Amino acid sequence: MKIRVSIARLAVPVLTAAILLFGAAKSSMVVKAQQAPAASMEVKIDNFSFGPAAITVPVGTTVTWINRDDIPHTVVSDDKVFKSKVLDTDEKFSYTFSKPGTYPYFCSVHPKMTGKVVVQ
Amino acid sequence: MTEKKKDEILYDHNHDGIDRRGFLKCMAWAGTGTLCVIQGGVLKSFALDRNSDPGGAAAKGELSFVQLSDSHMGFNKPANTDVAATFQAAIDKVNGLATPPEFLLHTGDISHLSKPEEFDAVDQMLKNTGKKTFFVPGEHDMLNDDGKQFMERYGKGSKGSGWYSFDKKGVHFVGLVNVMNLKAGGLGSLGHEQIEWLEDDVKHLKSSTPIVVFAHIPLWSVYPEWGWGTEDSAQALAYLKKFGSVTVLNGHIHQIMQKVEGNVTFHTAASTAFPQPEPGKAPSPGPMKVPAEQLRSYLGVTNVNYVQGQHALAVVDSKLG
Repeated sequence: MKIRVSIARLAVPVLTAAILLFGAAKSSMVVKAQQAPAASMEVKIDNFSFGPAAITVPVGTTVTWINRDDIPHTVVSDDKVFKSKVLDTDEKFSYTFSKPGTYPYFCSVHPKMTGKVVVQ
Repeated sequence: MTEKKKDEILYDHNHDGIDRRGFLKCMAWAGTGTLCVIQGGVLKSFALDRNSDPGGAAAKGELSFVQLSDSHMGFNKPANTDVAATFQAAIDKVNGLATPPEFLLHTGDISHLSKPEEFDAVDQMLKNTGKKTFFVPGEHDMLNDDGKQFMERYGKGSKGSGWYSFDKKGVHFVGLVNVMNLKAGGLGSLGHEQIEWLEDDVKHLKSSTPIVVFAHIPLWSVYPEWGWGTEDSAQALAYLKKFGSVTVLNGHIHQIMQKVEGNVTFHTAASTAFPQPEPGKAPSPGPMKVPAEQLRSYLGVTNVNYVQGQHALAVVDSKLG
């Protein structure tokens, strides 16, 4: 009985220590991730095209489209995941991709203009 | 000094009294401001300059109207830094016509960014014609709000995203919308609902009724690579097959182009704002910069004359300068 009690007594602090250590480890891991800058990527819109038209980015990347054309364009996801307002020359639109997948998009004003973001 | 030319029917391959080759030849002169009128099967052409009087009884049609297009109010880049001034020049041209038009058609891209002040400016300037304008939207008029503003301003009495029809002096006019619900990689689109409405709308009309269809994006395949076409227009045109005279008036491409196919005459108008390159002649279909003193020669309005009892409508383009 004495042994069981002592094991039980040990269990709590051991467990607590484990939780604390794990927690600490987890916090330090989280701190490390926060210290690394979030990925970002730029897509230029010019001459009725998206450049680069197809990009592959890690989860969490913020993609910014910037219109360098002399005519307005929009950025609209085929599957209605994101949709920009109309962008006149030098205006921007950003979207952060938090889920992996393939996101085809187009310009709703000039639907022949298409692009794709692959998130891995 | 007026100059009157006369062309008798030279070619009548279809045996219907219409000299199509002569008509096409005449339409090729249209860029220099020529009025072509078919009267009693005979093609007559009149030079349209300041001193001539094409509005004289010999050339006067029963119905005359003007098509304006692509005013892009709000555009201010190098291709034209003052689209309001060139739109005003177009209005002055309309007001200066020997035969005043009964009304105007605007085939879309009224505004450049769908801003209220842009629509306001166009409406204000059109008031100076003293005539009613019938509108159909361009893709630039549907930005940010899926055409809500366009419908509020110009869509009273229309169906769906703004299609409608009306009659003037025995001619049946149909305004179509092919800039809604555009799909990725696609062309202009009419949609099933609108096409079925069109079938119903013209079903009971006599085949001798002249039809004028107006829509923003060309209803024939001008240059699909640049989106210059409408993916489901064939279906719509099939419902118009029975009519002896169909005139299709479009905009969008900012240059004059015409095509005759059977009883259908397709015509696109110049913009009042800026020109665009010919199909494939530039990497993209954006605004085309030209020397400042030449800009107005690339812009224009279209005058259309209908002589009752005759087949085709006479479509005449005039440059702004």
